[in-house]
Amino acid sequence: MEERVLMKGNEALAEAAIRAGCRCYFGYPITPQTEIAAYMARHMPKAGGSFVQAESEVAAANMVLGAAATGTRAMTSSSSPGISLKSEALSYIAASDLPALIVNVMRAGPGLGGIQPSQGDYWQATRAAGHGDFHQLVLAPASVQEMADFAVLAFTLAFKWRMPAMILADGTLGQMMEPLYLPKRPDRTPADRTNQAAEPDWALTGTLNRRSHRIINSLVLNPAALEASVFERFARYRQVQAQEARWRYEGPEDPDVLVVCYGSVSRIYKQAIQAVNQEQGLRAGLFRPQTLWPFPAAELAAKAKHCKKILVPELSMGQFCDDVKLATAKLPKPVALACRAGGQVPTPAEALQRLKQTWACWLQDQEQEEVYYGDRQL
Amino acid sequence: MATVSYERPEALLDVPFHYCPGCTHGITHRLIAECLDELQMTGQTIAVASVGCSVMAYDYFACDVVQAPHGRAPAVATGIRRARPDRFVFTYQGDGDLAAIGTAEIIHAATRGENITVFFINNAIYGMTGGQMAPTTLEGQVTQTTPWGRNPAEAGNPIKVCELLATLDGPAFIARVAVDHANQIHQVKATIKKALQCQLEERGFALVELLSTCPTNWKMSATEAMRWVHEQMRQQYPVGVFVDRLREDQNSGRGGSAGGRHLSGPSAPEAVGLTALPAGYTHKE
Repeated sequence: MEERVLMKGNEALAEAAIRAGCRCYFGYPITPQTEIAAYMARHMPKAGGSFVQAESEVAAANMVLGAAATGTRAMTSSSSPGISLKSEALSYIAASDLPALIVNVMRAGPGLGGIQPSQGDYWQATRAAGHGDFHQLVLAPASVQEMADFAVLAFTLAFKWRMPAMILADGTLGQMMEPLYLPKRPDRTPADRTNQAAEPDWALTGTLNRRSHRIINSLVLNPAALEASVFERFARYRQVQAQEARWRYEGPEDPDVLVVCYGSVSRIYKQAIQAVNQEQGLRAGLFRPQTLWPFPAAELAAKAKHCKKILVPELSMGQFCDDVKLATAKLPKPVALACRAGGQVPTPAEALQRLKQTWACWLQDQEQEEVYYGDRQL
Repeated sequence: MATVSYERPEALLDVPFHYCPGCTHGITHRLIAECLDELQMTGQTIAVASVGCSVMAYDYFACDVVQAPHGRAPAVATGIRRARPDRFVFTYQGDGDLAAIGTAEIIHAATRGENITVFFINNAIYGMTGGQMAPTTLEGQVTQTTPWGRNPAEAGNPIKVCELLATLDGPAFIARVAVDHANQIHQVKATIKKALQCQLEERGFALVELLSTCPTNWKMSATEAMRWVHEQMRQQYPVGVFVDRLREDQNSGRGGSAGGRHLSGPSAPEAVGLTALPAGYTHKE
């Protein structure tokens, strides 16, 4: 039977990761994700796994690379400035076709920034997780339940496609408590780790003098061979894009205003949308991508086809809006962007006001694409 | 009837080395492979190749190998060892890799007493990128980036890695040897073997620094390079054993330390008297 508990987002994620078979956690303290490390320090040894507080984010991510190379479910977590430091290993992990989980509980940047929630690492997560041509899976939870569910999903997808997966959460999701159903405890035991049959055929487990040696490597000095390996990887990425995009839609079949947002900000707009739909005159719907890479572009375009205007609220300066515009470029629909930054989060009243304002703009001028910086309309 | 008295160790694959003539990587690879054979570790070992000339060590060793980002080999090795405590791990790192960009990783792997073996190749230069100053470049040594010789006032001083790590409580074995003459081979091999033995016995972190040559970037002949290691590098980097918890434990009657395991099986060959054998050069200039 599923276990219903009240937990913090960070801790729910950590517990779910352990239940998903994660046996190595390597981390480094940074607010607002440190609860993940603290939880792992306490619970990972009980699960027969290993916890290491690393000397740096750089080292922690490279420990993940080493553990992942043995076919072990391994993860690290951090918040924005620390993720920048992990980008080196992320590129190597992707180039080595290794599965791993990286959690980014975003705080406000740039630089040391602040410790309040933000979505300012969207481009970094979906476009430039490290140097070179590669992608990582990016999952965007919007509740404590999804923090847990996506930890399981991230490992499943990472191992299925042999690529790194990132959970892109924010300080709100990491810190808040909600009831959730924890994923079932696995039947696996720590002893399974040494079960030869369960080992993937690419993992470095020692030859035991029974097979030829395996190499996990990202150095390819021959340009033709390197190009071929990149092409092969991108062919796999196209399959991922075709099969793994996930999203949620709530609202009327053909909304006037389609609100497109992800993560914690979607919860605030959900309230505003429900409120506005109870009134007369404006019907709004919420399209929420659960995967940011692959981006549910076709699904968004289909949903946006009959709307009159798109509103994109985000806790960043239009990073996510880029993908919305790309996905709907052929329609096209006027897009309004509502930005907050610095750790500022819109109130439900503010969200309601933005929604009405956007609709009022459309009634005045059906081509207009306004941008809101907080309360300021540009 | 002919008998085979010298052949390729099984831990070394039948692949031609890409190393330059006079470079000691080949000798060191072979000695490590001989020790892996003798300790019967190859099948349970996962090696970590690092960035530098030796990056392609993954093509040469018969064990599984992962290639680490520059300087991160000790972190990658930590990940492997924590994921698979039932396997052995060694890293093979150059001086730029270990003592510059990877300083944090090596110090913390050492202080955690990670049960890994590190082979640290010190040739006082960045070889693969064409001969730039390394953290271990000697004072006055001319490199591409110290064209008038390394001036400590501007370019800092050489780092003595063994001495630095020996201040920590974590390491079980730290030694420096010189691959500068045939008469050192047994000493070098015994030291490599002891460092691997540490891991077999779960004694914790072991590091062997090998004073090595880079004739190409030193712009020397192979014999000149060997002589330079002997006459110049040994001055800055004296060979010897800096930490040896196995020996301490044997002397004090203690059977185990951080690893918590008693010594078992045949004892490691002695890596002592490292300075006792002066290299004699018989060639003519």
